[in-house]
Amino acid sequence: MTLLFDAALVVVLLGLAAWVVLARNAFAAVAAFIAYGLLLTLAWLQLHGIDIALTEAAIGGGLTGALLIGAVIRLRTAPPAAPATSMTLALAAIAAATTTAVLAACVLALPDPAPTLAPLVADNIAVTGVENAITAVLLAFRSMDTLLEAIVLLFALVGAWSLGADSAWPGRPGFAQSAPPNGILAYLARILPPIGLVIGVYIFWTGADNPGGKFQGATILAAIWLLTMAAGLTDAPRVGSRWLRAALVAGPLGFIAVGVFGSYSAGAFLALPPEAAKPLILAIEIALMPTLTLILALLLPGPPQRTSS
Amino acid sequence: MSALLDLWTVVLVSAGAVFYLAGTVGLLRFPDALTRLHALTKADNLGLGLVVLGLVPQVGGVIIGIKLVAVWLLVMVSGACVAQLIARLVRHGSDPAP
Repeated sequence: MTLLFDAALVVVLLGLAAWVVLARNAFAAVAAFIAYGLLLTLAWLQLHGIDIALTEAAIGGGLTGALLIGAVIRLRTAPPAAPATSMTLALAAIAAATTTAVLAACVLALPDPAPTLAPLVADNIAVTGVENAITAVLLAFRSMDTLLEAIVLLFALVGAWSLGADSAWPGRPGFAQSAPPNGILAYLARILPPIGLVIGVYIFWTGADNPGGKFQGATILAAIWLLTMAAGLTDAPRVGSRWLRAALVAGPLGFIAVGVFGSYSAGAFLALPPEAAKPLILAIEIALMPTLTLILALLLPGPPQRTSS
Repeated sequence: MSALLDLWTVVLVSAGAVFYLAGTVGLLRFPDALTRLHALTKADNLGLGLVVLGLVPQVGGVIIGIKLVAVWLLVMVSGACVAQLIARLVRHGSDPAP
């Protein structure tokens, strides 16, 4: 029965992936991409990767889907791109086929059982004080990756902002929203925030011991903020505002401060002294959470477009 | 008692699946956006509700049962609101994907 379900899931996933690539209409391709993200969430659940499933649902399907819809809407007003020549298509096909072949060869060449660091993590997780192995890996054993991830996201936002026109600088990102104040969108934006705040903070907080964490929690908080922005109840902050810029760099700076503290107290950058590992991991999470919420929410409205107050 | 609860689950989840099937058939066969929305909301509200009510006796915990019902309520609120928004877009003639 499970085998039947898994087989059906794989077939539908492959079909949707083909649809995303082959669809003529950009909007249809994005709709299929979002459905693909949701089904991929189910696939991760079947593989018992609940943390990854949460991230895929929140960021892969949800936020990326919303970003792509925004891109499709912007492309409508842009002049149509020149159709691809058969030369470009052939090059793209060769590049894609080569990448797939190399990846497949790598996966098939793995020894059985595949090399794993999981026993090492299981032996040392008690030192970190957190119970969720994913959080322990992300914030203790491989924290350099997580630090660079946070900085990459910050660069992405800076990149999006730098596309704004000089005349709009330092204005507010996105267009002014004017939903009817008594309309259904405003209604939704009034009843969902309390629920969303509780769920977002809960998923962030429970990430130390259960599936969850700052990325998934921050995405939920960002989604709630975007909902109130879309309903015209709140507005995006001006990109020149001091508190916004301070909050955007606070997370990575806090992370780096913990890393420097580690090089004094534990002998290596980003090393955590065992007696203080849990409080330091919590400190990194709490420092990163507001930064991630701001970045994920502000990526969607994009570059500044309005100079008026 | 346990057999009775299992029967409850089988009957309700099957009924929910019927609503999902009907909603999907409606989405594929109905002629315009408004009637397709009408078909979809039945799957969201009744289909998911029946599946949730059918599964509640099986989860083995009051808290998890309440979480399941909360998921159903949230899907109903957001589904109903989004259906209204799409319907308004259709009526104003800017259907994003005709």
